Amino acid sequence: MNPLQQNIKFGSGFPTLLRKELLRFWKVSLQTVAAPVMTALLYLLVFAQVLEGRVQVYGTLSYVSFLMPGLMMMSMMQNAFANPSSSLIQSRITGNLVFVLLPPLSYLEIFGAYVLAAIVRGICVGVGIWVVALLFMPLWPVQPFWIVLFAVMACGVFACLGLIAGLWSEKFDQLAVFQNFLIMPATFLSGVFYSIHSLPSFWQAVSHWNPVFYMIDGFRYGFFGISDVSVWHSFSVVFCFFILASLLALKLLASGYKLRT
Amino acid sequence: MNMSAVKIENISKIYAPSPSLGQRFLSASPARKGFQALNDISINIEPGEFFGLLGPNGAGKTSLISILAGLSRPSNGKASICGYDVVADYKNARRSLGVVPQELVYDPFFTVRETLRNQSGYYGLRNNDDWIDEILMNLGLSDKADANMRALSGGMKRRVLVAQALVHRPPVIILDEPTAGVDVDLRRSLWDFISRLNKEGHTILLTTHYLEEAQTLCGRIAFLRKGKMIALDTTQALMAKFGSEDLEETFVQIMHTGSEQAA
Repeated sequence: MNPLQQNIKFGSGFPTLLRKELLRFWKVSLQTVAAPVMTALLYLLVFAQVLEGRVQVYGTLSYVSFLMPGLMMMSMMQNAFANPSSSLIQSRITGNLVFVLLPPLSYLEIFGAYVLAAIVRGICVGVGIWVVALLFMPLWPVQPFWIVLFAVMACGVFACLGLIAGLWSEKFDQLAVFQNFLIMPATFLSGVFYSIHSLPSFWQAVSHWNPVFYMIDGFRYGFFGISDVSVWHSFSVVFCFFILASLLALKLLASGYKLRT
Repeated sequence: MNMSAVKIENISKIYAPSPSLGQRFLSASPARKGFQALNDISINIEPGEFFGLLGPNGAGKTSLISILAGLSRPSNGKASICGYDVVADYKNARRSLGVVPQELVYDPFFTVRETLRNQSGYYGLRNNDDWIDEILMNLGLSDKADANMRALSGGMKRRVLVAQALVHRPPVIILDEPTAGVDVDLRRSLWDFISRLNKEGHTILLTTHYLEEAQTLCGRIAFLRKGKMIALDTTQALMAKFGSEDLEETFVQIMHTGSEQAA
């Protein structure tokens, strides 16, 4: 150890990077947490007005109750995606990414901090929507364990995708391509607004190829104990996707993709 | 143990056309040839030196610094900071190194103090406030500690960049054109502070286009041109060799004679 650094004990930079990523969205929480809650509330009000009493799902469930978990999950996923992707692209464009690249942070520490902060933001949004929904309806989970598990895994998948998109994109419009042509269709067409049993059989089959369908279906199972497919089936699919997305993000970080020339 | 502060051995850097996502994933390298930014550079900087790296724009100064900082990987050769290889032992190498980047970059989400606490935390140093206060004071930033980064003038932002490079008391400090666009007062106070750090034992590696600064401050100087090292000697010896009165004249002569001298 160099004499100039004699009394210094270097630790891990992970806690600070995590804290910084959390602060980054928390400091603008009106935009990053309150806004998505508001959007979900608008969906809820409109759909409740139009469809309540006309549509029932699974025979017994009111449409609005059915809709709620889907809306929560959709917002959680979109926000988990937005956190690392916007952080990375902003840091890249303003140039301050260098402050994360100069210290001895390993790619695992960088991965952990960005993904964990994204999961926290997703969960904050989810809890926000849930609390607001409780003002309108009793929405008490029957199997909280599955709710937490699916929430964390789905946010984790989208956090990894956000990380990948943030690394890949060099401009905001490239990020928008990712968001509008991949994330939005995948979430909208995944059974947020309907049970896939109400679809023609061809589109039912297509939905089974959409991983987001399993995230929402498993999450909904936690609230009602009813789902389109078995919860274990959903768990396996989502878990595999989580591993796959993590490995891809880790591989890109480790190779220094668009970070280190 | 007598170890170089900075050791650069036969470093070459060819910027390949950026590999695609697919190539990265398969760890394949792109087939086409790229731009050679550095060509077989070797420099040995001893602990406590004040070393200047000079050359025109595009000579490869920032490329070389990027390799030392781990922002870029050498195509060939090896580099180490305080004996730690910048690739194989990057953690210790980066702990030993503070870099003041050329671009005036900052994170608009944070205040000056938060910025420094974050930077300190990235090195795993928490409860570092005493040292942070000392740096703030030495750089004349104490009264700006709680100002948001956005609200600072260019010169103040530059000081914060210097402060950020010092949070972990690095034995080696690299300054990449730290005085570009900076007023006289700040330049003087900056050099006073850097000289003091140098006297306390920190090794300084400096790039600048202000040759009178380099002449006053740097004990030894390396000249780069188009990625090649064309001269390396003490400042006095270089000026004597070209019979010039100041470094600017030496610079012009070296750059225009095009002679390639052994380092």
